[in-house]
Amino acid sequence: MKLSIGSVTKPGSTRINKTGSWRTFKPIIDIEACIGCGTCSMLCPEGSAYKDNVSGKYAIDYDYCKGCGICAQECPVKAIEMVMEEK
Amino acid sequence: MQEELFAPGHRGCAGCGAAIAARLILKGSGKDVIVVSPTGCLEVISSPYPESAWEVPWIHSLFENAAAVASGVEVALKSLGRKDEAKIIVIGGDGATIDIGIGPLSGMLERGHDVTYVCYDNEAYMNTGIQRSSSTPYGASTTTSPAGKVSLGENRPKKNLPAIAAAHGIPYVGTASIAYPKDVIRKVKKAISIEGPKYLQIHAPCCTGWGFDGSKTIEIGRLAVETALFPIYEITDGKVTSVKKIKRKPVEDYLKVQRRFRHLLKSDRGEEAIKNIQDIADANAEKFGLDL
Ligand SMILES: Cc1ncc(C[n+]2csc(CCOP(=O)(O)OP(=O)(O)O)c2C)c(N)n1
Ligand code: SF4
Ligand code: SF4
Ligand code: SF4
Ligand SMILES: [Mg+2]
Repeated sequence: MKLSIGSVTKPGSTRINKTGSWRTFKPIIDIEACIGCGTCSMLCPEGSAYKDNVSGKYAIDYDYCKGCGICAQECPVKAIEMVMEEK
Repeated sequence: MQEELFAPGHRGCAGCGAAIAARLILKGSGKDVIVVSPTGCLEVISSPYPESAWEVPWIHSLFENAAAVASGVEVALKSLGRKDEAKIIVIGGDGATIDIGIGPLSGMLERGHDVTYVCYDNEAYMNTGIQRSSSTPYGASTTTSPAGKVSLGENRPKKNLPAIAAAHGIPYVGTASIAYPKDVIRKVKKAISIEGPKYLQIHAPCCTGWGFDGSKTIEIGRLAVETALFPIYEITDGKVTSVKKIKRKPVEDYLKVQRRFRHLLKSDRGEEAIKNIQDIADANAEKFGLDL
């Protein structure tokens, strides 16, 4: 709904804070193994695991992924591997 | 990319259960909502001024008065004739809800406001450094119920707010866990579709406060449900209308993987406490008929 007064900050403006820099481990999706169940996308605290509308496959937005490992832990076919970041 | 009503860039710990709860609640509600949040982790991580993670109208109340603010928002929309434009949802922590905000919440329920109150339950005051709340479970060590030579951690059981909410005679009360995301979404959808006051309590494990690796947030949440320490049910018009049945696991499976309970595994007195915790789980299973 549209509010006419009182809004003090811009919606979704935390997006300027690229939390990908927090990461120690990086999730890598094996797209061959992925069955497209959407669990990773449903459970990621950052909304970083998403379905790519072009390829129809699941992918990770590394700008924000904090590397928590929930997606890898919960993927029913273990298609996600956590690998050490190289910086 | 999918629509994200709870934007990334928020400051939640890696693996934060409260952030998952917020995402799931907004998936259930859609964008036509006004959210009220009291002070607590979710509020702090989502609104580092001048930024906001919220893609929906959102207002921060005080720690104690989210239900009063939500009641006011509802009455204001009604008197402007704009009630149909948005549903009103409170998303507050257990401290804000079950401790300090219980008076305003009771008032909101009793006056019959058309508001869905959702408590994300991480079982302590996380934002200020893991102090116990009345939702902290028996046996948990926190900074104000520290386990030590004499103490075995929190010495009182978790307050049963869903039962207190239901005692107000409201149309809908539900419990859920982020470990069962579709159930959370379904219950939020259902709650907002019902006219009147609704109360939902969503178990949202906190890796930092409970002491487990951030990758295990969902696994720990699932164990709380599977051990019957966090029963999942709905109460519609005063009657239990659904329960999540489980193939029950012993409470140790849940306790041993969290730092807050680790002291219980190290002494005879701890063993006694574990028996008491198993009794709590058995009573939940019996009361709601949880066993498959
Ligand atoms: C009246 C008042 N007392 C104390 C505080 C300090 N305070 C801010 S958040 C918080 C705890 C929040 O706990 P909870 O509601 O469980 O949310 P969590 O941080 O655990 O998500 C406290 C004590 C405050 N803001 N206002
Ligand atoms: S590692 Fe964590 S933050 Fe990164 S995509 Fe997986 S669930 Fe999301
Ligand atoms: S959880 Fe695993 S199988 Fe499911 S969509 Fe994500 S990567 Fe694919
Ligand atoms: S302390 Fe707990 S609830 Fe707070 S941001 Fe960290 S994981 Fe989330
Ligand atoms: Mg809390």
